Amino acid sequence: MTNVTATATRRKLSRVRPSDIAIMAVIGVAMLICLIPFLHIVAVSLSTKDAILSDRVTIWPQGWDWHAYEVVFSDSRMLRSMGLTIFLTVSFTIISMIMSICAAYPLTKERLKGRSFFMLIIVFTMFFSGGIIPDYLLIKQLGLLDSLWSLILPGMISAFNLIILRTFFSSIPESLEESAHLDGSSHIGTLIRIVLPLSMPVLATLSLFYAVSRWNGFMDALFYITNSELYPIQLKLYQVVMNSMVTDLTAQEGASQAELLPEGIKAASIMFATVPILLVYPWLQRYFVSGVMIGAVKG
Amino acid sequence: MDQIIDQGSPTAELRTASKIRKSRWFRRDYQLYFLLILPIVYFILFKYVPMYGTAIAFQDYNLFKGISGSEWVGFENFTQLFAMSQFYQVVRNTLLLNLLDLLFSFPAPILLALLLNELRVVWFKKTAQTLLYLPHFISWIIIGGLVYQIFSNKGGLLNNLITSLGFEAVPFLTEKNHWLFVYLGTGIWQSAGWGTIIYLAALTGINRELYEAADVDGAGRLKKMRHITLPGIRSTIVVMLIMQLGHIMTIGFERPFVMGNTLVMDYSEVISTFVYKAGLQSAQFSLATAMGLFQALVGLIFVVGANTIAKRMGEQGIY
Repeated sequence: MTNVTATATRRKLSRVRPSDIAIMAVIGVAMLICLIPFLHIVAVSLSTKDAILSDRVTIWPQGWDWHAYEVVFSDSRMLRSMGLTIFLTVSFTIISMIMSICAAYPLTKERLKGRSFFMLIIVFTMFFSGGIIPDYLLIKQLGLLDSLWSLILPGMISAFNLIILRTFFSSIPESLEESAHLDGSSHIGTLIRIVLPLSMPVLATLSLFYAVSRWNGFMDALFYITNSELYPIQLKLYQVVMNSMVTDLTAQEGASQAELLPEGIKAASIMFATVPILLVYPWLQRYFVSGVMIGAVKG
Repeated sequence: MDQIIDQGSPTAELRTASKIRKSRWFRRDYQLYFLLILPIVYFILFKYVPMYGTAIAFQDYNLFKGISGSEWVGFENFTQLFAMSQFYQVVRNTLLLNLLDLLFSFPAPILLALLLNELRVVWFKKTAQTLLYLPHFISWIIIGGLVYQIFSNKGGLLNNLITSLGFEAVPFLTEKNHWLFVYLGTGIWQSAGWGTIIYLAALTGINRELYEAADVDGAGRLKKMRHITLPGIRSTIVVMLIMQLGHIMTIGFERPFVMGNTLVMDYSEVISTFVYKAGLQSAQFSLATAMGLFQALVGLIFVVGANTIAKRMGEQGIY
């Protein structure tokens, strides 16, 4: 950049225009809209029963009461479900990443015979699928109903993530891999020693995608798991919280309210299942390499 | 090599030579094929076997007899399906909800990305992105919980506010037209921020010199947006539009399942929830599979159609 344009840019930057303020205001409102539901739920979970019942809670706790969390944390089924989900998420992410790497790396090699056929097999699944019932019948036939494998195996590889990974691998200069080959390194050796260390940002991003999808997903658990001992946290939450909310919402006036959960406990349960995501999110957020995503769309 | 010469006949020579070539590429790449084995087995077992499983849409499927033992009934399940009034309702709802998303949820991340792109205070932009991406990482169950906490007519945050101002409580979740707004708004809330990532990525690809040239010509902010930024992300917009158009008949299960309730069934019952209820809750496997197959085929036609149109228009398309 020449000196003249540099000063011009600097002058422009230092001048805050009304349109800048307006844009920041709009984005600020959008940020608040994203934040308020969470603030509200935290506020409800920490407020006293009286404050909740008299509808005084907005986005700041009224009174300060940890009781709801005490109830949630002393519920052994809730804790068990959380432990199970952590285990499930970690295993799923590891297996998914290994499988995705195994699939993506060979498919970057243009000389590989059958490459376009393999790609076709994979990409086609993004546009056509058997559907809920054939999936269910397959899981049933494989004897995986009511087994944690039914929550790991069927979604093990996402074609979308696979393509992101393949695009990233392709962008690594061939010459690096070739020099490794000349030194006598095998394909798998090259993959482990050269390609993977260069792909850390995309590996982190995809691990996050897989982990979040497993943590948040409940459709498969709803279909395949009937034993409540094996419920992942989302399904547990659905059973405990949503059912009570929906009943509350759709119940006739004056119907028995006896079985309904107190609002504070619902809110605390929701926070209980959300906090793990909130904890890892800021750490992983810096890996959302925007370049990673654009390859996916063009892929 | 000696062997080839020994064999004498020229055709045999060629055949052996090609065999050697073959074994050479295999010897060179066998590790790559080895890596591919499990993933390909995965795709065949968990993606293609269920496609074969759609055969039960043409059967009177019996769980104990399996696909091979069940009786073939041709298109009977489809005839039965097309005769159900519920069929038209769930197809209409699927199209309605997706069309609303296309009209409102699709442009939202584009607008947001354009605005984010104009932010020049770095810390503000970073904070904004962190917060705006967050809802994408929250499960639909939790979002459902948040929605009830805010929009419920019994103690919901918004209705508390409305009633404290002296107005009537609004039945956001129990009256179907209000529910549509909540459904739509929740979708935007969940996806708009994360959706910007793809457009922001495309924006980084725009040549900075274009902006500098426009500055020299005295172009204002809006002019630059219209003549440089938007054309710069045009192909990304088209690709995203094709994907969304292609999925107009396909609807996820979790969002309508969590957000729907018996009072708004007229709008909230969609193809995926119908398949779940008919197939897994009432064990009408063949009928539900027919519904799923219908959706998948129409979906495929839409994807191919949208892609063809995009290519005719001179865009890149998705395949």
